[in-house]
Amino acid sequence: MARKLLLEHINVPGINTLDVYRQKGGYRAVEKALKTLTPDEVVEEVKKSGLRGRGGAGFPTGMKWSFLAKPEGVARYLVCNADESEPGTFKDRYLMTHIPHALIEGMIVSSFALGANTSYIYVRGEMMPQIRILERAIAEAKNAGFLGKNILGSGYDLELYVQPGGGAYICGEETALLESLEGKRGNPRIKPPFPAIAGLYGCPTVVNNVESIAAVVPIINDGGDEYAKIGIGRSTGTKLISASGNLVRPGVYEIDLGLPVEEFIYSDEYCGGIANGKRLKATVAGGSSVPILPANLTLKLANGEPRLMSYESLSEGGFATGTMLGSGGFIAFDEDQCIVRNTWNFSRFYHHESCGQCSPCREGTGWMEKVLHRLEYGHGKMSDIDLLVDVSKKIEGNTICPLGDAAAWPVASAIRHFRDEFEWHVKEPVKSLNTNYGLANYAEPIAKAVTTEN
Amino acid sequence: MLKVEEQQPVEFSPALIEKLGEIVKRYPEGKQKSALLPVLHEVQAELGWLSPAAMSKVAAYLNIQDIEVYEVATFYSMYFLKPQGKYMLEVCRTGPCCLVGAEKLMGHIENKLGVKENEVTADGLFSWRGVECLAACGYGPVLQIGPEYTFYENLNEQKVDELIDNLKNKV
Repeated sequence: MARKLLLEHINVPGINTLDVYRQKGGYRAVEKALKTLTPDEVVEEVKKSGLRGRGGAGFPTGMKWSFLAKPEGVARYLVCNADESEPGTFKDRYLMTHIPHALIEGMIVSSFALGANTSYIYVRGEMMPQIRILERAIAEAKNAGFLGKNILGSGYDLELYVQPGGGAYICGEETALLESLEGKRGNPRIKPPFPAIAGLYGCPTVVNNVESIAAVVPIINDGGDEYAKIGIGRSTGTKLISASGNLVRPGVYEIDLGLPVEEFIYSDEYCGGIANGKRLKATVAGGSSVPILPANLTLKLANGEPRLMSYESLSEGGFATGTMLGSGGFIAFDEDQCIVRNTWNFSRFYHHESCGQCSPCREGTGWMEKVLHRLEYGHGKMSDIDLLVDVSKKIEGNTICPLGDAAAWPVASAIRHFRDEFEWHVKEPVKSLNTNYGLANYAEPIAKAVTTEN
Repeated sequence: MLKVEEQQPVEFSPALIEKLGEIVKRYPEGKQKSALLPVLHEVQAELGWLSPAAMSKVAAYLNIQDIEVYEVATFYSMYFLKPQGKYMLEVCRTGPCCLVGAEKLMGHIENKLGVKENEVTADGLFSWRGVECLAACGYGPVLQIGPEYTFYENLNEQKVDELIDNLKNKV
């Protein structure tokens, strides 16, 4: 069984309290960092760990930190992105609910490393219960001297606040989040300047995901080199995977990066296979924004080798045969699920959540939703399928923020891999309303790649 | 749509004003506009929805223009611009929850309450609506009820019936 770094004590009764969290070794990283390390040494450990942003983009966290501008006399901010809203992703909610001090401890160490004296945790507004949990945990930490003035006699001051959002997926984009934290609509900013130069209130700012910040705790406790030993290649460490859909045991799992996808889906240690004895038809491996893959390409690369849960292996083959690890939102579809209906559902989501700033996204997401709706409800034309591909291409890459890409990829990939199912909806408008296309050939084994000699 | 001419005067309770004072302290001097989202949540929790008069009062409190409040209140999905039932059942309608029966459950709620999405029951107690992903995909179908945003997971028709009946009896 793989070693757990974030969730090791998740089932200990009372682990959401400071006392129990400390009994289990909590706040050691704060003591180590503030008493024995300089801020630059903390940044160096995070760089050595190879930790990559766990919110979806996968950008190296240590490198992001090292870009932070440090002009004299200007405040710097750390903002935690807890606006978890990507369909299929619920790991941050789980972490904050059950082990809130892991995030608080990570925030203190990270704020120290960045020289921030005021930090915010921006939590999506719907998570009011988690906001109350975090506020209680912050009060406990402050009482114990881990927050406030002159923490542990180190001379370092930090105030930590929780900020609720108002219900908007777009605020997971870091510049939209900063706009929202300034009390405005969540319209993403044009970059550059990046937040590292001009972020919150125009000051240098780092925005990191909940899981990234929590991972700083074991990195400081054990050292960046130790953390980097876990995982595979440039996918170091452990990753929280949110598993949902038609699985025997959906939920949040901490895996070593590099675990075979097949083992994750079928082994009893993880999801335990497909629910109700059904067969796997497709997966969305990294949250709704990443390309959907049929079962065969989920389990195997195009060359027939096993696919692994890592940044590199999941994206192997590009979008032709691969996908992305994203935020680790793993959604499994059984043989009874309709790909057209799900694609319509996702496109409705992106239409609803588009901030409306950029025409390609504002208009394109609406058109994709409409066209997919008529395909799903038996009014589609064969030309609609290529129309969708065309619209998706005109959104992709033509917007200020990645929401446009995130809206385009699920549609483009569904048609790429499941075109026959879309065509069936056009050819059989009545039948497709009452029955499903089924598994078809989506799970058929991939032929071993044949090496041809010149 | 906002009808600014329909101004019903509103009052904030002393407890609410005290809370708002605490919130504003979280930000640097001159950045009190940052308090807007949390302040709107508190005001909505007390008044049930955000009337134009309530928003104007918030604007005056934070020393910003009315329009700055309107543009935020209309952007975010959690703010109600018209009165809702005392209990607003918000059911996740996004992909993963639909794989495990959220659409059928919404149909059941519509029948049980006898009102369409975003309408209020005759007794003023209930409204319901589908909302986008609530980040609980592994425990679907799910719904939440404000202003506390109590969360209900792994729902089925029977559990929803019990929930609604319990809320009715609470009154």
